Amino acid sequence: MTEAVTPQTGLSRNGGPGAGSVWRVAGPVVVATGLKEARLYNVVYVGEARLPGEVIRIDGKRTVIQVYEDTSGIRVGEPVQDTGAPLQVELGPGLLGAIFDGTQRPLPAMAASNGDPYGAPTISRGVAIPALDRERLWDFVPAVSEGDEVVPGDLLGTVEETEALVHKVLVPHGVSGIVTGVTRGPARVEEPVVRVNGEPVAMMRRWPVREPRPTARRLDPEVPLVTGQRVVDTLFPVALGGTATIPGGFGTGKTVLEQSLARYSHADVVVYVGCGERGNELTEVLEEFPELVDPNTGAPLMQRTILIANTSNMPVAAREASIYTGITLAEYFRDQGYDVALMADSTSRWGEALREVSGRLEEMPAEEGYPAYLSTRLAEFYERAGSVVTLGKEGREGSVTVVGAVSPPGGDFSEPITQHTLRLAGTFWALDTSLARGRHFPAINWGTSYTLYELDAWFEREVREDWSEQRAWMQDLLQREGSLLEIVQLLGADALASPQRVVLAAGRLLREDFLQQSAFDEVDAYCALPKQYAMLRVIRAVHKALSAAVERGAPVEAASSVPAAGEVGRMRYWPDDEFEERAAALISRVEREMEELG
Amino acid sequence: MTERKAKDGPDFERLFAVEHRTVSYVSGPLLVAERAGDAGYDEMVDVVTPAGETRRGQVLEVEGDKMVVQVLGGTRGLNRPGTTVRTTGEVAKTAVGPDLIGRILDGSGHPVDGGPPLQPAAYQSVNGQPLNPYARAHPSDFIETGISAIDGLNTLVRGQKLPIFGGFGLPAMELAAQIAESARVPGSGNEEVTDDFVVVFAAIGVTHREAAFFRRRFAGSAALERSILFLNLADDPTVERLLTPRAALTAAEYLAWEEGRHVLVILADVTNYCEALREVSAAREEIPGRRGYPGYMYTDLASLFERAGRVRGRSGSVTQLMILSMPDDDITHPIPDLTGYITEGQIVLSRELDRRGISPPIDVLPSLSRLMNAGVGAGKTREDHRAVADQLYAAFARGKELRSLVSIVGEQALSEEDRRNLAFAEDFEEQFVGQGPNRRTMEETLETAWRLLDRFSSGELKRIKPELIERYRSRATVSATQEEG
Repeated sequence: MTEAVTPQTGLSRNGGPGAGSVWRVAGPVVVATGLKEARLYNVVYVGEARLPGEVIRIDGKRTVIQVYEDTSGIRVGEPVQDTGAPLQVELGPGLLGAIFDGTQRPLPAMAASNGDPYGAPTISRGVAIPALDRERLWDFVPAVSEGDEVVPGDLLGTVEETEALVHKVLVPHGVSGIVTGVTRGPARVEEPVVRVNGEPVAMMRRWPVREPRPTARRLDPEVPLVTGQRVVDTLFPVALGGTATIPGGFGTGKTVLEQSLARYSHADVVVYVGCGERGNELTEVLEEFPELVDPNTGAPLMQRTILIANTSNMPVAAREASIYTGITLAEYFRDQGYDVALMADSTSRWGEALREVSGRLEEMPAEEGYPAYLSTRLAEFYERAGSVVTLGKEGREGSVTVVGAVSPPGGDFSEPITQHTLRLAGTFWALDTSLARGRHFPAINWGTSYTLYELDAWFEREVREDWSEQRAWMQDLLQREGSLLEIVQLLGADALASPQRVVLAAGRLLREDFLQQSAFDEVDAYCALPKQYAMLRVIRAVHKALSAAVERGAPVEAASSVPAAGEVGRMRYWPDDEFEERAAALISRVEREMEELG
Repeated sequence: MTERKAKDGPDFERLFAVEHRTVSYVSGPLLVAERAGDAGYDEMVDVVTPAGETRRGQVLEVEGDKMVVQVLGGTRGLNRPGTTVRTTGEVAKTAVGPDLIGRILDGSGHPVDGGPPLQPAAYQSVNGQPLNPYARAHPSDFIETGISAIDGLNTLVRGQKLPIFGGFGLPAMELAAQIAESARVPGSGNEEVTDDFVVVFAAIGVTHREAAFFRRRFAGSAALERSILFLNLADDPTVERLLTPRAALTAAEYLAWEEGRHVLVILADVTNYCEALREVSAAREEIPGRRGYPGYMYTDLASLFERAGRVRGRSGSVTQLMILSMPDDDITHPIPDLTGYITEGQIVLSRELDRRGISPPIDVLPSLSRLMNAGVGAGKTREDHRAVADQLYAAFARGKELRSLVSIVGEQALSEEDRRNLAFAEDFEEQFVGQGPNRRTMEETLETAWRLLDRFSSGELKRIKPELIERYRSRATVSATQEEG
């Protein structure tokens, strides 16, 4: 695959082999005739309105096209034009902080009209605005000089794209040789900044979205993506370069969790794909992210974020494309040696878009009307995640971590998208309707969730050596509490012996004061790893003191309601810098007060 | 019908009008006409019956020189040789403008109240255009519905879409009518209470009994003066139901975006809409998704519900309340399920509460307003609102839990605090939720809440900050004493 380094101008003229006409229109699917040279996945323009679409089937003389815009009013016989190229995204400086639709059209530029930034609030058809600003000047600092020999992936130069991130301009794929010219200083994205063997190379390039970008080799996932969410980091961490899935019925907090991850994850770049979801939720992201500060760099959060917004009322075929657009942008920053997190909310809407188009094609359906190739498509997407060594002499390491939300109908995890995703994802965060009903958030069910990544060594090295031992204690206690709660449901708490009620008391602390975390509280929304460790240590100490007190004959109620125990619930609001000290003080207070009970 | 046609669209449409006497297939709501290459996808056509009656139709598919049309007026009496299909070159449009306010219209937007012809400001495409997410403003001002269980715990916010999940036999329509009558938009900040508030009520596939109920409720109150009523009856042609909510939303959007009004759109009943969608899909022999509903139902519903919102730089808003009957009270049925994934929360009605005579029978535990946080608090409702709601919720949830426990172990096994909780749950349902037909202001709702919480010690009110307890608890007690005195 050769990376297109100069703008695409390969549009066929009217009447050539690239011109055909509309023969059938049914929803987002258009059938054209006369496109003799159209290749599968080529982009075509449909009708007088020039609506962009993609060739999804070739059947004799008929070419089947999924159209990215509303097809109302299209008539049989209107022209169809083949661009000769597949769906591509533009890559270069100016991506960070941008807000695109599913096919990388910039939404802010589309909303502006006559000097009013919101003058055109609705999306009209056939608008074509390039993704990257063609006029903006970027200060290109070369890293090569004339005479250097370069191969694809080598660093050509840098652009300080935001305060927090240096954009690396690399040698495009398909280009190698001797540097014959270098231009320093301000340049537009399409202007050549370097010449290789006399050929101009600009900062902007294109890449087909359905094709994974090449790398040198894959690495084993050994480092966690730190998210600041206690239940995630402590119990079910995901690796950098790993995949995680969040299935949950409506109201279980998928979107809130995805947004928390987008805010607080220790990633260099976050690509957030809002795929077929609510417009008002995306607006919330659009309004909040520029105000929020990245806890790691201190720069505005928006400066490391790319938003791809294709709300549920925007055309369905563009929804299908949005996932690929998102992951291609993620791979582009991975290739520069960054850790990228991609949040897709929700992959079910993407699957439904596949189903809708498949239905219009009258394909033989598999389970629940989804096409038989659903699992293949899901695999193609999730397997683009990974921790890699990039092309080029530098041997940079970068990663793409994918977190995909799933919206199973009726909250039933046996449906096809959840099941196929489970086969692919390394981490499973099962959102539970009954936890959500009880306002336990994040509503991740600790009994059914799992992670397949073995990251204990990292936590023991970077946080504390008994990290995994402490976590094992917690999981065991939660397990025992769960079995006891079933008995309580039937017989009441009185039926239990004192030691068992101690387990209940400690389990409740774990659930309410550790696993629950408020996404809306300023301090609690992000919990650093040392704080997570220390909170758990406090609860473990309470459990120990409680067991000891009850063994000495103290009543469970009295012991678990000593004043210091009430403080446990306040721990989450303690700021990081004084946490260690206050945690140690609390532990000794708990021990003292329980001693005093006798 | 023919008279309507003359003023239904711009004049130039007749230039494009081409007549086809080439019908080859008629079945259910569908008709196929051949040699009709000039039809555009999704456009409107006129179908003239052999008896000379004109019915509206919509093009569902064009293929070669063939078009598939769904006939809004039904296909009864159509035949092959005598039926004419006339293309218009226009997608479905509906009359919009302030003149619609106070009128009762049929499911396609034509007056049925015996009043004068409409004087529309414009005709607009019923499909609308998707709002650019970047141009949306996040909803942040509440609407006072006058219902405590909504205002207090699941606050409705301007620009929100919130469904009411009912079931057959539950008073969802009554609740909708009550909200339509009593909803207010309080002025935000220093603005005065605004009177630019309009209710657009779209009754989709309702029975004559329900229609009569709405007419009576609206005619008997001042509410009609600020309302538009669209009535598609259960025995009206099925496919018209697909048009009704779109016509209503188009009328609402004009009032909101062009005239800066706050519009509350009530769609009742979405279940009937989905049934119509399934019927048309089956007639087209499409591959069915879950329970026979078409695979694109999510997208289709989203194209309605997502038309709620606010736009930056414009003062109006479109808020949607949809009534939805859960078949067999099953919340996992595709209709409530897909709706719940699109809307920003849900209000759930309970059969148990209804049987106990609690009105409105809102089950607060599964109910949720996702945008509540943005619409409540100091400067909007009251600073203690969020905390009071959390506390009510927690105490009620605990009370409900204890209720099922008590049925096993008996009340004497409970501690003092638990007994208070149990009694609270009872009083909460009867006094807070069960307010009857009365309208409560936000202030009254919060005072009722504080009165109910008064039985708990300050230490037990864990969700409310001590300073808020101090500030508001005494007020409630004092006002309660005054009432008694």
